[in-house]
Amino acid sequence: MSVAEQSIAGAEARGHGFLASSVGRKVVMAATGVILFGFVTVHMLGNLTSYMGAEAMNHYAEFLHTMIHGMGIWVFRAVLLTAVGLHIWAATTLTLDNMAARPVGYRNQKNVASTWASRTMRWSGVILAAFIVYHLLHLTTGTVHPNFDRANPYANFVNGFKVPAAAAFYIVAQLCLGLHMWHGVWSCTQSFGLAHPRYDSLRRNFATGLTVLVVGVNISYPIAVLTGFIH
Amino acid sequence: MSKHLNLTLHVWRQKNAKCDGKFVEYPAENISPDMSFLEMLDVVNEGLIRKGEEPITFDHDCREGICGTCSMVINGRPHGPRERTTTCQLHMRSFKDGDSITLEPWRAEAFPVIKDLMVDRGAFDRIIAAGGFISVPTGSPQDANALPIPKQSADLSMDAAACIGCGACVAACPNASAMLFVSAKISHLGHLPQGQPERHLRVRDMIAQMDAEEFGTCTNHGECEAACPKGIKMENIARMNRDFIKASLTYRPATSGGGVG
Repeated sequence: MSVAEQSIAGAEARGHGFLASSVGRKVVMAATGVILFGFVTVHMLGNLTSYMGAEAMNHYAEFLHTMIHGMGIWVFRAVLLTAVGLHIWAATTLTLDNMAARPVGYRNQKNVASTWASRTMRWSGVILAAFIVYHLLHLTTGTVHPNFDRANPYANFVNGFKVPAAAAFYIVAQLCLGLHMWHGVWSCTQSFGLAHPRYDSLRRNFATGLTVLVVGVNISYPIAVLTGFIH
Repeated sequence: MSKHLNLTLHVWRQKNAKCDGKFVEYPAENISPDMSFLEMLDVVNEGLIRKGEEPITFDHDCREGICGTCSMVINGRPHGPRERTTTCQLHMRSFKDGDSITLEPWRAEAFPVIKDLMVDRGAFDRIIAAGGFISVPTGSPQDANALPIPKQSADLSMDAAACIGCGACVAACPNASAMLFVSAKISHLGHLPQGQPERHLRVRDMIAQMDAEEFGTCTNHGECEAACPKGIKMENIARMNRDFIKASLTYRPATSGGGVG
């Protein structure tokens, strides 16, 4: 078989499936990533109500639970769960492909362009997945919360962060979120093909700005509780 | 006369694709700083041949930085420490007396080692054969400039066409992804009117072949761009992704009928 015939046979055998292709899965990763960093941004903004006191935050929580006749929160949960599932699926299959693509490594590979954030995406991602599970058990179901009161989210928030170990894990997880977002927000524009010299510095700056904002405000919550600013 | 160098090489030696390889240490003595890196290896090989040992196998051809044949990872970087420089254009003045130099082949499942530092880059040929071409009827030549092409498109196309297909992008990528190479080939045709008829078919077929060759996938580290001896930009990868998304969204299977009005 000629090289051209081998190629065509190979391409046909592989099929043209979007989700089977490397770029297709990168697009899934990017699209679900947009949903997830959009969510963390809104989540960060919503929690600002904690600075306005118990009433404001509990009122906000009640709104979330009652909007669209109580359906709203379940729509959000379904979208987020699907996004997380697809994000992890794309990450896992792409990572396995990447590991298989270089079975024998270098003695000492010199990295000159990649960042610490880009090289630790897998680890920050795994830590974030563990954190999400903990976070849900802590403040949504209350399973691992010392004194959970379903009717008083503000009290759960304050009492939850009074435990130094819990607050510390939150802060570590937020730093992982920072690494993950800083590379991910920029990276998703590349996967969508949104690259142009005119907007290159904007892409980087947007990723940096959004990351600093989300992580900075999120870290302020446990610190505000531990220092007694929120009580 | 500048001072000659004495170096220690740690070279990956592997008899063939099936055997296991290992690093072997060789001295490279009395090396002129004006030698190219490959000339230094020639000198080392002359010494090995005189001693009745097997010389180090490495790929090389034009030795003027344009053919894309030379390939080796020098101290952890494809084509060595200098930016936008192929191994053959790297000179020994980039090294210091007493330096220890590690030489490894490109490492990728899709680039099996043939021998020592020489790898089989046939996967690149198969990707090109899958779609890296345009189909034109041959015959009497067209008028020059019959097709208007904006200067910027011509420039961007030529920038992408500067890719010599050496594979340094794959070698440098922590994921052994070939997306910089594939995207350069897609872009150099995609910027021109002649590349339009097969534009969507091309991106799908070339990516399908790239995946079938078991290259990794891009995670936007940027190591490829830094290693590329021809300065191919990552913007091409974004362009390829954009073409692929568009081509996938508007895909219609080929039909034998139709087109009769």
